[in-house]
Amino acid sequence: MNRRLELVCPAGSMPALRTAVDHGADAVYLGFRNATNARNFAGLNFDNNDMRRGIEYAHQHGARVFLALNTYARVGQWADWTRAADTAADLGADAIILADPGLMRYCRERHPTLRLHLSVQASATNPEAIGFYARQFGVQRVVLPRVLSLSQVRYVISGAPVEVEVFGFGSLCVMVEGRCALSSYVTGESPNTCGVCSPAKAVRWEEAGSVRRSRLNGVLIDVYGPGESAGYPTLCKGRFVVQGGADQSPAYALEEPTSLNVLGILPELLKSGVAAIKVEGRQRSPAYVGQVTRVLRTALDACMHDPDGYVVQPEWIVELDRLAEGRQHTLGAIERAWQ
Amino acid sequence: MKLSLGPIQYFWDRDTVMRFYERTEELPVDIVYLGEVVCAKRRALTTKDWLDIADRLAARGKEVVLSTLVLVEAASELSRMRRIAENGRFRIEANDMAAVSMVCNRVPFIAGPHINIYNRETLKLIADLGAIRWVPPLELGGDAIAQLQSQRPEGMETEVFAFGRLPLAFSARCFTARAHRLPKDSCQFCCADHPDGMDLETREGQQFLALNGIQVQSGHTVNLLPELPVLQELGVDVLRLSPQSKDMETVISWFRRAVDDDAMLEEAAVAVARAGSASPCNGFWRGAAGMDWLAGLNP
Repeated sequence: MNRRLELVCPAGSMPALRTAVDHGADAVYLGFRNATNARNFAGLNFDNNDMRRGIEYAHQHGARVFLALNTYARVGQWADWTRAADTAADLGADAIILADPGLMRYCRERHPTLRLHLSVQASATNPEAIGFYARQFGVQRVVLPRVLSLSQVRYVISGAPVEVEVFGFGSLCVMVEGRCALSSYVTGESPNTCGVCSPAKAVRWEEAGSVRRSRLNGVLIDVYGPGESAGYPTLCKGRFVVQGGADQSPAYALEEPTSLNVLGILPELLKSGVAAIKVEGRQRSPAYVGQVTRVLRTALDACMHDPDGYVVQPEWIVELDRLAEGRQHTLGAIERAWQ
Repeated sequence: MKLSLGPIQYFWDRDTVMRFYERTEELPVDIVYLGEVVCAKRRALTTKDWLDIADRLAARGKEVVLSTLVLVEAASELSRMRRIAENGRFRIEANDMAAVSMVCNRVPFIAGPHINIYNRETLKLIADLGAIRWVPPLELGGDAIAQLQSQRPEGMETEVFAFGRLPLAFSARCFTARAHRLPKDSCQFCCADHPDGMDLETREGQQFLALNGIQVQSGHTVNLLPELPVLQELGVDVLRLSPQSKDMETVISWFRRAVDDDAMLEEAAVAVARAGSASPCNGFWRGAAGMDWLAGLNP
């Protein structure tokens, strides 16, 4: 077998981009400093100058750069999104990651040689939908939503005429990306509309004695007792009461705070024909990006060198779990039992 | 202005569904959306059953549309969708690009609320592909819809989700099975016990969300009846009422009266507010958090 799995790492800032490239990322993905990308957080992302320097740095070191333009253009602000696409093309980005079909048509017409990737936010989970984007807009790669089992990933690969990229490590979206309005239901802002989920400005922490409460726009997401470690109140990872359910005490009704980690099935992903592994986390620190990139680089190299002899090294898991949300990991929907 | 009855989001048993649509034959809705949109495992009704219901409703003058699955993962789901898409008689509502792919440039279709159309250019694209009606994404505000109304492609109808619990999110995981501590693959169809979903509350007892299989809904019920004058002024063509297990006939009949007669609006708004069991919300329409209920004049 002579297949390669590309390692695609997050670059929320120039230092993160450098450290990802230095630690062995084959490609980095990044966004402009505005609502055109799905990590529109204060202090993150790139202006035009940084973008130019970032692309130069990556290219000098043999890494590719993908521009995330993966929110849906707002009514009346179309030009902000097309300008981002035009700028990325001018600066020599290797691909644009898109979710909005109207924007795909624009890019296909205006920049016919530019490589288009289908963002996870486009919610394409089956060969028919992916084939549509390939036919209509010449999309060359799809990033799969984190809702498919391994056999469903194989089914997509067998039927879709494009490269397939899957998430390998980082925070786990429980819902089909691009089809989740939970954040806007609670706060008015969502990934599709504003590039945010459970935005920090809506978070409030309360301390009363030894108890801590986290709220999102006033809605109680979780309560932490003494000694309990408290996580960021992403609303789908709080504890709630389900009427008529088996638990009458508050429970993680949707999902626990946990990270996705596919190290355990890298050979299966390689053999199934997955083209690239993506690391989530443009909002994370450069140090985080460096550590995760280094561990995944080591694991991928070991897997590609000898897939049948590949063994997950315990120290990889220890190091990644230390960085993981809730300090634990899961295969998520890849493993049928999770579903 | 037309009224539509959206697809049933829940797993009701076959008799209940049959009775529901027998009654619908007599009710003042113009358009009826049929079919399973949430979970491919729910097969109380066969495709033939749905088509029989469709025939009966069509014979009573209703426009019938066959709605398709939102989250499509398996080959079997695609082949079922293809049979629906190629039924030859009724239009389909596409809720995934797979469905758009099967009908585009071939037969006219309806772009459902889960096709992400957030701007004029994408609305134009979907019209070019053959859509004749669109349901804006549920989180899209009234201001944005108003702007799109003034720029919409010729012949494109707009349908706004005006009543019911909002289908906010979909997952691979079955949340109803999880709440019952059952694995998804042996779920025992426990969602059948929850005709309006399972209420999920915060630890302070606040009504928050509802679990409906792999779908998460709003805990509150959207009610845009008080916004009717603005919806009419904007030229919105259709109001969608999403089936709930209780008081649906009351809701439909009061919406009808208010649409047909301005003078009935106040009385109708009071009656619809009393219907059902969940508290109301209209935040998305008002450009706020979706769960909010903003009373008073439309800004």
